[in-house]
Amino acid sequence: MTIEIKTATLEPVRNTFEHIKRRFGDKPASRYQEASYDLAPEQNFHYRPLWAPDKLLYDKSRTAVVMEDWYVHKDPRQYYYGTYVQARARLQEVTESNYAFFEKRGLANGISEPGREKIIRCLLPLRHAELGANMNNMFACAYGTATVVTQGFLFNGMDRLGIAQYLSRIGLLLDGNSGESLTAAKEYWMNDPAWQGIRRYIENVLCLEDWFEVFIAQDVVLDTLVYDLIYNQFDQVMTAAGDGDLAMLIEFMQEWHKDNSRWVDAVLKTTVAESDHNRELIGKWAAEWREKAATDLAPLAEIAVGEEAAGAALEVLANRLAKAGL
Amino acid sequence: MSKVYIALQDNEESRYIVEAIEEDNPDATVIYQPAMIRVENENYLAIKRETVEEKMGRDWEVQALHVNLITLGGNVDEDDDQLSLSWNE
Repeated sequence: MTIEIKTATLEPVRNTFEHIKRRFGDKPASRYQEASYDLAPEQNFHYRPLWAPDKLLYDKSRTAVVMEDWYVHKDPRQYYYGTYVQARARLQEVTESNYAFFEKRGLANGISEPGREKIIRCLLPLRHAELGANMNNMFACAYGTATVVTQGFLFNGMDRLGIAQYLSRIGLLLDGNSGESLTAAKEYWMNDPAWQGIRRYIENVLCLEDWFEVFIAQDVVLDTLVYDLIYNQFDQVMTAAGDGDLAMLIEFMQEWHKDNSRWVDAVLKTTVAESDHNRELIGKWAAEWREKAATDLAPLAEIAVGEEAAGAALEVLANRLAKAGL
Repeated sequence: MSKVYIALQDNEESRYIVEAIEEDNPDATVIYQPAMIRVENENYLAIKRETVEEKMGRDWEVQALHVNLITLGGNVDEDDDQLSLSWNE
């Protein structure tokens, strides 16, 4: 008796959801596409919000930026919930091992007294700034249009809480879990003249009503400047002064910023390329907030790094805006 | 003229690789078989890291191709940026 092995090919009944099919054609879709595109409702709303009777839910007029179709955006990292969580878990694993190593070897004792002072004054108050960044991104997520855009804001907002927690842990590592450094850092945030500019800047952004302007002011302008200033230039200064062990603790922020920038650049580029109206509007916002940030950041830049620091950070921002077509 | 070919397991990861191959080699024929995707082309086929990374949305090493690789035919030329298959005339 011979046995003949046959293969039967089973064709799937359908490749993907109808709305994904309409957008990308009838072929197998990626999880990212299925979890991101054409998800938020756009029509047949019954009631207008009582607190904003002139707007519908997910109203496109909540920003002055106009897009024919907001779903032309694409996250180059292709993050939806699953991939985002996996990526962050990987990054966090590395960071946890860094922190454990730092603690095990007692590296906090190796940081010089002026170095410790500098970290408490120039780095730790950022945890309050990160909370502001969290709220700004959450705002953009809540009022933005199209899931493919708003989910990026949500991920960004959650990351900011994570970063604030890591900053707090740096403080606790330095003061032997007493929390004194965090109290001191709060004091700097509230009263130190070097920080008042940034605090005012963030509080002003909290009051904005146009979510895309929030994105420009927070994620594009301020983040580019602060992350270059602190996590790049300040890091170098600390290393040069012999306190390079700090680098182990802020690697998360550096890696995160690199990752996040890919998304920010993509959103910016797609929106600017849509029309001249958008280009002009965004260019105007970027210039206005850049000017404010330049003044507000200067005192901190001088204390943390030196006189040329603010200029160097502005240069980085200018390059980034130019790349986006502004 | 003979054909070079590569066959990959049909899964979430390979799909992006195949998409990238299709983009870089417009003449290639993609054949979907049970649990396997076979790509053929006359004489030459290239898989480029940059295109695959763009499709996947993350970093990808050319060597990671072997995770999903079933078989291939052709002379292999592999470096950090691409893997290409060809026949010597």
